[in-house]
Amino acid sequence: MALRGLGRRISIGKRCFSSASEVEKRPRDGKQINLFSAINQALHIALETDSRAYVFGEDVGFGGVFRCTTGLADRFGRNRVFNTPLCEQGIAGFAIGLAAMGNRAIAEIQFADYIYPAFDQIVNEAAKFRYRSGNQFNCGGLTIRSPYGAVGHGGHYHSQSPEAFFCHVPGLKVVIPRSPQQAKGLLLACIRDPNPVVFFEPKWLYRLAVEEVPERDYMLPLSQAEVIRQGSDITLVGWGAQLSVLERACDEAAKDGISCELIDLRTLIPWDKETVEASVRKTGRLLVSHEAPVTGGFGAEISASIAERCFLRLEAPVARICGLDTPFPLVYEPFYMPTKNKVLDAIKATVNY
Amino acid sequence: MAVSRLASSSSSLSKLLLRPLPAPPFSRSFSAIASDDDGTVLTIETSVPFTGHKIDPPSRSVDTTRNELLSFFHDMSVMRRMEIAADSLYKAKLIRGFCHLYDGQEAVAIGMEAAITKRDSIITAYRDHCTFLGRGGTLVEVFSELMGRRSGCSKGKGGSMHFYKKEAGFYGGHGIVGAQIPLGCGLAFAQKYSKDETVTFALYGDGAANQGQLFEALNMSALWDLPVILVCENNHYGMGTAEWRASKSPAYYKRGDYVPGLKVDGMDVLAVKQACKFAKEHALKNGPIILEMDTYRYHGHSMSDPGSTYRTRDEISGVRQERDPIERVRKLILTYEISSASELKDIEKGIRKEVDEAIRQAKESPMPDPSELFTNVYVKGFGVEAFGADRKEVKAVLP
Repeated sequence: MALRGLGRRISIGKRCFSSASEVEKRPRDGKQINLFSAINQALHIALETDSRAYVFGEDVGFGGVFRCTTGLADRFGRNRVFNTPLCEQGIAGFAIGLAAMGNRAIAEIQFADYIYPAFDQIVNEAAKFRYRSGNQFNCGGLTIRSPYGAVGHGGHYHSQSPEAFFCHVPGLKVVIPRSPQQAKGLLLACIRDPNPVVFFEPKWLYRLAVEEVPERDYMLPLSQAEVIRQGSDITLVGWGAQLSVLERACDEAAKDGISCELIDLRTLIPWDKETVEASVRKTGRLLVSHEAPVTGGFGAEISASIAERCFLRLEAPVARICGLDTPFPLVYEPFYMPTKNKVLDAIKATVNY
Repeated sequence: MAVSRLASSSSSLSKLLLRPLPAPPFSRSFSAIASDDDGTVLTIETSVPFTGHKIDPPSRSVDTTRNELLSFFHDMSVMRRMEIAADSLYKAKLIRGFCHLYDGQEAVAIGMEAAITKRDSIITAYRDHCTFLGRGGTLVEVFSELMGRRSGCSKGKGGSMHFYKKEAGFYGGHGIVGAQIPLGCGLAFAQKYSKDETVTFALYGDGAANQGQLFEALNMSALWDLPVILVCENNHYGMGTAEWRASKSPAYYKRGDYVPGLKVDGMDVLAVKQACKFAKEHALKNGPIILEMDTYRYHGHSMSDPGSTYRTRDEISGVRQERDPIERVRKLILTYEISSASELKDIEKGIRKEVDEAIRQAKESPMPDPSELFTNVYVKGFGVEAFGADRKEVKAVLP
C-alpha cells in the first residue's frame, strides 16, 4: 500500500487505497471551473490512472445529461465508457459484479430519484458482500455517482435527497461534496476507497458553482468533516448545496453579533463525530440543515449522537432545519425548502434559548 | 345538416361515395361527435398488415364510419394543437419543470379510445397530456395543471407528468420509468376479480421495455390470466438513445416470449383501433397480450431536449411527410369525400381558437393555496409541524 506523496501519480494497475492523502487547503494551480467540469476531470484522472476502471450508466457515452462524462468515451473507448439500457437494478447489480472481480466500477444513476430500483442491490448485495463472505470477496471498487437535490423546478422526481436511506446501511459510505474543488478530490478518494461508496452530487451546483480547481491528481480524506468557518456561538452542520444557504445565514447572523461555526460534513457515513463534537463543546449549540424531509433525515442521527456525547455542554436543543415531511412538491418548492430565513430564525431562537 | 342518402354498390360493406357536408359544430370538449351519421360503414385497409407473435393477427381491413373519421381528425388535431401550445407556454416560462410532448403519437391515444369504453382503464408513463385528453379531460384542466393552477386535474400538485382522471379510468401519469406496468397488472387483477368485462391498457415506452419490472409483471399476468394489454409505444428513442443501442431485441412485441404480441403501425389510427379491439377481446378470454405501436415523436424527449442531436432533421421531416397520423386521416377524408379541404381547415381554425381560449381560462386560475402543501400526504395527516421564517408566530401543527 503506497502512500501518496504530493502530486505523485497513482500507480496504474495496483489497487492501492489510502484515504490518508494530503489535505488540500489552498489550491496552488488551477482554473476556474464548475462542478460538472471538476467531476469530469476526476473521472478522466480515475480512468487514466487505473486501466481497470470503467464508467457506465444511462447516456454517459455522449457526455451525460449533466455533461459530467464528456470526452471519456472518445478518450478511453467504448469498452471502458459505455451506455447501459434503462435498468437501474441491472446497472447496480452489474457494477457490483464488476467490482467483485477487482475492477473499479463507476456507475451513474441518472437522478438520485431513480436509485430505488437499485436499492436492493446496493443494500443487500454491495454493502454486505465483504461481511458475509468473511472477507473472501468484496466490491470495494464500486462507486455509484448520482445527482441529487433540488434544482428549482425538479418536482417530485428530479429533486429528491435520498442520502438518509443509505446512511442507515453499515458497509456503505455516503459522500457529498459542496463545491467543484471538493468534488474532484472527494470523488477520486471515493473511487480509490476500498469500500462501496455512494457519491451524491448536488445538481443545482453543476453549473452555478465555479471555483479554482487544481488540474492535477489529488484526493481529499473521507470521514473527515471540514470546518469552513470558525465561530463561537453556534455550530452549523450541513452538506452539499445546503452549505451555501447556511453560509448566507451565517453572514446575516454575524450582523446581529452571532458568531457561527460552519462545518461541512462531507462524508455522511462513517461521519466525523469528533470534529462536530469538538465544535459543539466550543459553542454549546448545534443546528443541522438538509434538504431531505426532517423526520428520519440524517440530521436526526447527528442530533442524537451529539446529544449523547455533549448533553451537559448543550445550552439549547439541537435544531434541525430541513425539508418538510411531504413528497417533494412541484409549485410549493419555495415553501418546502430549508431557506436562509428559516435557518436564520432558528439560529436566533437557539442562541436566545 | 344535410345527410345524403346513398345506394350501396354491393351487398357487402364497400366503399361509398359521399357528398360533402358542412362541418358539424366542434365547439364542445372532448366527447363523441353528434350522430348525424347514417351509420354507413366504410372498410379501409391499414397501411401495413399486422405482425403477430404466437397469435394470428387480425385482418387489416378496418370498419369505420364517416363520422368516426371526422372525429379522429378533430380529436387528433386538438391534441396536436395542444402540444404545440404547451411548447410555446413552456418557452414563455409559464410552464416550468418537465414537459414531455406527445405530438406525432396522437393516433395511439385516439385509436385506443375508439376501441374501448371509459370503464376500461388506461395507465401510462409521463407523456400523458394527450392520453388524458382522450379519456375525457378538458383543455382547461390540461393547461391549468401544466401551469400548476388550482383548476388543473390534479389540483396543480401533480404537474405535467401526473394527470389523472378517476371517473374515466385514467390512472395516470407516472414519472418513474416502467413503474406503471406492474400497477397496470394490479388494475387488471381487480377488474378480473369484479368480473365486469373490462380490461386495462398499460402503456410504456421502448426505454422502459428494458426494465425488470416489465418482465415481472408479464409473468404475473400470464400466470393469472389477467385482462391486461401491455402497449409498448415504440417511438424508437429512449430519451436520446436509439432502440437498437439499448435493446438486444428491438422487436418489443416478441419480448413477452410466452405472452402473445402484435406489431401495429402506431401512426395509423385505424390500425391502432383494430389492434386494441382485437387485444381487448383476447385479453378478456385468454389473458395478457403485448401491442407494439410503431410510432414517432416529433419533439425531443422533453422540452429541454432539442431532439436533433441524436436523429437527423431529415428523419423527423421524413416521418412528418410520410406517416403523420393527422395527414393520413385528412387524405382518407378527402379521398372518401367526407368533407372538403377548406372545411377541414375551418375545423383546425376552430380548434386553434378553442385552445387559445382554454389557455386564457387556465391563466386566470389561481395557484393552489399554500396550505395545500400539506394536504393529502396521509389521509388524516399526522402532526406535521411546519413553520415560516419566524418559528414562534408562524408555526402550525397540521391536521
